[in-house]
Amino acid sequence: MSQMSTRTKQPVGAPTSATNTESGRIGDSPLRPDGTLKVTGEFAYASDLWMDDMIWGVTLRSPHPHARIRSIDIGPALATPGVYAVLTADDIPGRNAVGLEFDDQPALATGVVRYQGEPVALVAADHPEIARQAAKKVVVDYELLPVVSDSRAALEPDSPKVHDGGNLVRHLKIRKGDQSVKAPVVVSTDFEVGMQDQAFLGPESGLAVPAEDGGVDLYVATQWLHVDQKQICNVLGLPPEKVRLTLAGVGGAFGGREDLSMHVHACLLAMHTGKPVKMVYNREESFFGHVHRHPARMRFEYGAQPDGRLVYGKAEIIFDGGAYASSTAAVVGNGGTLGMGPYVFPSVTVDCYGVYTNNPPCGAMRGFGCVQAAFAHESLMDELADAVGASRIGVRELNGMTEGAENITGQVIDSAAPVAELIRKVAELPLPPADTGSDLRSMPGGVANTTHGEGVRRGVGYAVTYKNIGFSEGFDDYSTARVRLEVVNHEPVATVHTAAAEVGQGLITIEQQIARTELGVQRVVVHPKDTSVGSGGSTSASRQTYVTGGAVKAACEAVRRTVLARAARTLGAEDLVLDGGKVVSRSGEVLADLVDVLGEVPVEETVEWRHRPTEAIDPETGQGNAHVQYAFSAHRAVVDVDVELGLVKVVALDTAQDVGRALNPAAVIGQIQGGSAQGMGLALMEEIIVSDGHIRNPSFTDYLIPTILDMPPMQIEVLEYADPHAPYGVRGVGEPPTISSGPAVAAAIRQATGLPLRRVPIRPEHIAGLVE
Amino acid sequence: MRITTTVNGDRQDVDDVWEGESLLYVLRERMGLPGSKNACEQGECGSCTVYLDGTPVCACLVAAGQAQGRDVVTVEGLAPDTGQHDDLHPVQQAFLECGAVQCGFCTPGLLVASHDLLRRNPHPSDPEIREALAGNLCRCTGYEKILDAVRVAADKLDGAPA
Repeated sequence: MSQMSTRTKQPVGAPTSATNTESGRIGDSPLRPDGTLKVTGEFAYASDLWMDDMIWGVTLRSPHPHARIRSIDIGPALATPGVYAVLTADDIPGRNAVGLEFDDQPALATGVVRYQGEPVALVAADHPEIARQAAKKVVVDYELLPVVSDSRAALEPDSPKVHDGGNLVRHLKIRKGDQSVKAPVVVSTDFEVGMQDQAFLGPESGLAVPAEDGGVDLYVATQWLHVDQKQICNVLGLPPEKVRLTLAGVGGAFGGREDLSMHVHACLLAMHTGKPVKMVYNREESFFGHVHRHPARMRFEYGAQPDGRLVYGKAEIIFDGGAYASSTAAVVGNGGTLGMGPYVFPSVTVDCYGVYTNNPPCGAMRGFGCVQAAFAHESLMDELADAVGASRIGVRELNGMTEGAENITGQVIDSAAPVAELIRKVAELPLPPADTGSDLRSMPGGVANTTHGEGVRRGVGYAVTYKNIGFSEGFDDYSTARVRLEVVNHEPVATVHTAAAEVGQGLITIEQQIARTELGVQRVVVHPKDTSVGSGGSTSASRQTYVTGGAVKAACEAVRRTVLARAARTLGAEDLVLDGGKVVSRSGEVLADLVDVLGEVPVEETVEWRHRPTEAIDPETGQGNAHVQYAFSAHRAVVDVDVELGLVKVVALDTAQDVGRALNPAAVIGQIQGGSAQGMGLALMEEIIVSDGHIRNPSFTDYLIPTILDMPPMQIEVLEYADPHAPYGVRGVGEPPTISSGPAVAAAIRQATGLPLRRVPIRPEHIAGLVE
Repeated sequence: MRITTTVNGDRQDVDDVWEGESLLYVLRERMGLPGSKNACEQGECGSCTVYLDGTPVCACLVAAGQAQGRDVVTVEGLAPDTGQHDDLHPVQQAFLECGAVQCGFCTPGLLVASHDLLRRNPHPSDPEIREALAGNLCRCTGYEKILDAVRVAADKLDGAPA
């Protein structure tokens, strides 16, 4: 808290503590503490921050996917009235290198640009339009270089190199069981997944405020404050105590805010001009300003017995990482170790590659490496069912993992793995009635009036998938929580302080519920998220309820021990609990008011909490306990397809998911609904079209995400098989729905049309037979 | 240029507006009303939906000058002005209670669009709700709880003046 004193002043819209009068504990569904502000329009997002004397920053980006920079002339831009600064790589005081896993990316391009949209220069001016116009006057002399745009060709020895070290980011190998085994039934498929965008609605934005101590305060929408801070410190050449980050309001994330966007740029401009600098991307810039989901090319093969039981699985997966690594190595980790799906394989051969190209950089997005592979393993599972004459449900029940099963890295699944139950559950849910064509709005094409039912065929598809929860492969994955219990206005109040990012998912509600549960108080204040407390780790990998939830629980327990020890001394009693703002005996007898036990002396504890450690996998065999927890989900999609026009109406999208224990059942449902929509979007419509390294559709006019007309009603079965190793038995919830929904939709369209459809998104021209 | 409008019932005069600025920019950056959101700034997402003389519009597509002398209502003007901080319009209350708000960036636009729908059609069917809200993108919720919220708001408003 002492760091606050160095701040000269706070912007309008700087976050304040969140609290409300709700009383929900774990297992309840209390309202979110930021909800009222969000429905009145008063909740301040990063793009709403404002200071009297602030100026606006913009980014000049490369128009070319690969070029040498011969020279940059900032003179005309700097001479523009209203412009305060024009900066290039030459103005970077520290190390010009950022990156989540390897710092292979310059903060501002130096010498060469490796993708269209790479930041080259920065401009600050007193009006955003003046800054934009001035940026156009920066003269950059480019010499075009050959573009590496094909992820498979990038691995050839004669390919031009994107980086000096070559184009391979990571090759993950799995060799398990008999590598020469044969099987009586063999099915194989090539599969391709396009590049999906997170398309969070709140564009990248933030405000950097220069501080009197020579440091900077950055208010920003992000997913992991501390990993941002580390990278910004490197570039600014400042120690962490001089680079203070506060989480501003976040308009969605879905992985797209794991890497830096405007963070370091706004800090550079603020420190250079001595003025607060606000940067807000527009939607077009947002498409260039964050990483996307890796496109994938995959070749899968299953060998099986005549009854459908798997004998072996083989997969080659190539992820196009684009120009910089971002989290490509970890995506390869997931795609490789989890990419064969939730099935038992006696023998496995997997080669999973992440490669550099001059395409847009790709990194984290909800489902992280599992989404792509799921389209292949589920498509092939249907082919296996058809090949052996089994039902698509039956072949999944037969081969699905169960608790105690060994996955393809040799790790034993040591909590629930209800694959068969999940797929059965969705199969047993009622099917929607056949459409009579009486209401145009329920037809493919809707009120465009393209069909009244003629040429429309119905299909049903199934998918079951799994995903790791938390960070893997030996990563030191932890979160920090500081919990304070004190008397405020004659009432016991708990304050929870973590740096774990609330991006909309509802972590702050969960933090309140845990504190109420553990401390028996009603009033819980959530401190603004900032770097004045230790790292909360990333809001990704479906990990925050588990890991930051675990940290808050542990910190509350530490506070409770101290308080009860104090009470025990005063009361001369043992075996006490906290409940309803009272100190109570085990038998329920009220012994004291918590207010009286606390008195004038608050109790505060800070705890760093870790889940069970994971291991690096063997580089040659891929064997090892790579992951800490697995989450399973299944979907059934029902579609009506106009096979003549290729238009699809998803009629129903039903799901079953094991969530371990639902700490907030309403929020769990919200995650499942929203995650399912994103998976459906990838199956049907969402793709960043890239040709020769250029993005062709950087707008919401041309990059389509599902609307309320596209999204069908959902029936949702939530299973709660508590994980004995996790706090309260929780299992991560956010990602599984995005993994299993898309493959179910694709399977349903294949069933309706009889077409192989081995690429997603499936567009009308694929269904209508206009392209291969 | 100078713009004079009525926003949420109050007269607003702003000076030095550049002709290229949108109504959205003027509301957010010059009038201190950032509730209307800037998610696409090309009329695709509906996050900036406001009433202009009683008609819902994308404020990003309205040039600031077009708002001269007209009446604007934003998300900040939906709640009854009783001086109580927590007083919400039934549509706002329903979005909050139904969990229709996650990140909330689409919420201001959806609230105005839902408010307009229920004004025109107090008892909309599900297809009518979907049609009315088709111009508002949400990336978090999958829309199910937004449908719930509009149904609940319709019930709350039943018999009450909208």
